[in-house]
Amino acid sequence: MQPHVELTGISKRWNDAIGVEGLNLSIDQGSFVALLGPSGCGKSTSLRLLAGLEMPDEGSIIINGRDVTTSAASDRNLSMVFQSYALFPHLSVEENVVFGLKVRRVPKRERMEKMARALTITGLEGLEKRKPGELSGGQRQRVALARAIVAGQKLCLMDEPLSNLDAKLRNSVRKDIKKLQRDLGITVVYVTHDQTEAMSMADKVVLMKDGRLQQVGSPNELYSSPANTFVAGFIGAPPMALIESEVLPEFEDGLTLGLRAEHVSIVPNDTGRLSCEVIESEFVGAETLIGLAHSGTVGVTVLQPGLSLIQPGERVDITFNDRDLHRFNQAGERL
Amino acid sequence: MKSASNLEQRRQSIYGWLMFAPAAVMLSVFAFYPTIATFWSSLFSRGTRRRPSEFIGLENYTDLFADPTFWLVAKNNLLYAGVTIPASIAIALAMALWANSKISARSFVRTAYFTPTVLPMIAAANLWLFFYTPGLGVLDKIGSLFGFESVNWLGQPETALWAIVIVTIWKEAGFFMIFYLAALQTIPEDLKEAADIEGTSRFTYTRRIVLPLLMPTTIFIMVNALINSVKLIDHLFILTKGGPSDASKLLLYYIWEMAFAFFDAPHAAALTILVLAVLCVVAAVQFLYLDRRTHYQ
Repeated sequence: MQPHVELTGISKRWNDAIGVEGLNLSIDQGSFVALLGPSGCGKSTSLRLLAGLEMPDEGSIIINGRDVTTSAASDRNLSMVFQSYALFPHLSVEENVVFGLKVRRVPKRERMEKMARALTITGLEGLEKRKPGELSGGQRQRVALARAIVAGQKLCLMDEPLSNLDAKLRNSVRKDIKKLQRDLGITVVYVTHDQTEAMSMADKVVLMKDGRLQQVGSPNELYSSPANTFVAGFIGAPPMALIESEVLPEFEDGLTLGLRAEHVSIVPNDTGRLSCEVIESEFVGAETLIGLAHSGTVGVTVLQPGLSLIQPGERVDITFNDRDLHRFNQAGERL
Repeated sequence: MKSASNLEQRRQSIYGWLMFAPAAVMLSVFAFYPTIATFWSSLFSRGTRRRPSEFIGLENYTDLFADPTFWLVAKNNLLYAGVTIPASIAIALAMALWANSKISARSFVRTAYFTPTVLPMIAAANLWLFFYTPGLGVLDKIGSLFGFESVNWLGQPETALWAIVIVTIWKEAGFFMIFYLAALQTIPEDLKEAADIEGTSRFTYTRRIVLPLLMPTTIFIMVNALINSVKLIDHLFILTKGGPSDASKLLLYYIWEMAFAFFDAPHAAALTILVLAVLCVVAAVQFLYLDRRTHYQ
């Protein structure tokens, strides 16, 4: 099957500062792709390039087999949900939703039908006459969604659409968006800095850093076989611990070893492979995360079931299985 | 318990009165009292040494209505307002839209547009006097290049008021542009992007999104422009002194003339009250009617 979107060698620079560098990405029809990364990694820039709000310096963008690299945003057959929602404050909910249809001169009857359907799907019936200022954050977010789906475009871009919602609402809207995408069979490209969102919603996660791709794959691939130390140290809560191989005598020097918290266990003192100092205990409900410090390691954590706080400063011995270790070379690439 | 809450209430109300007092005092001394005093004096006749001033009711007003100069001046002012207000607002909006877009030398453009506002009106009038002067003026110099005859812009009744109108528009447009520019900067960039994705043309975006969002500013500017169309007469003193044959005379200039050139204070007071009344009615209509149709963020 032909991919819905294909980015080839996309670069965008501002006065020598890198926005995006050499981005290659292919997005399948009907898939949910999350662009993930820390702030300033180029994920929003990538989305804006795809939307046609910015023009790339190099590379090509193909949507539905058509080269749209230099096309205007409106010629790309896509819709977009903005982080701020970008609702027109002086227009009512229904005027906001049909704005694009009106601009595209869709006949009134069809407009009304499409609007009614979009409002039903997003659960906004009864709020048609309200202005955005009279809506709650979650309702505004749904208006933005309704506006994005009303035109029936097959590609929908979302730029951190949940970042202005509180944690509880974010959880439920996350499910709504996922369901919407599946029911409508649309392709969604979703920018987020929240890995929980990316991991829980996406079929494919694209992890970026400093304008460059780090890894593209299913959430499971990123979690269980990170391509480099950045991915290892970014994905997962807590992320993977990174241990210099010099610390463990049984490994050759110059390697970095990755280790997930769930593969670490505490053993009686003087029987473990590493003896660490406890620096913090964080109770999160079902389990307690215990942060450990040892020279040559970053982020070693162990999970203890239930509430089991350990005083900071205490020493504990830990052990782990060699087959649970991820090996990275000096450049940080996975071996 | 009860006395404590009473005390608190008293404290709150004293606090409220204290906040209210400065504005109330200033407005009373400099606005309300002079208005009432003016109204009062407009009901008396002009006192001379032989005939002291006496109460004559509305006679000063009926005198005014019978005075053809009053009607000419009122017509002049109406035309002056009717042209300067929409023209300066439209030009201000156009300049603001341009100065707000991504152009090079943007701050230079903004400064250049704002310069007329910084100039005192008297200085600006002298500048324009140099433009308008027949024979020597810049307009005539340019005209003569193309073989046009010398025109005395300020000296003939047909063009004098229009010459004044142009100076006023030139002076006000830059000032109003600043307000539009400030308002434009509060419109988030992503509204334009959201409209772009739908394929909205620049014109439609401006008409359906930008102009409605600028409405509060437009009302504010309209009220200001209206007040200025009555208030701003400094340039008349330099350019035409209301002439020739009252062709460029405006209401406030006429009031000044009556009061300080002809020393007819009661008639000047009556005319002042009329102007105030008209201004109040128009401002009320603008705020009450247009406000209801305007979106405030």
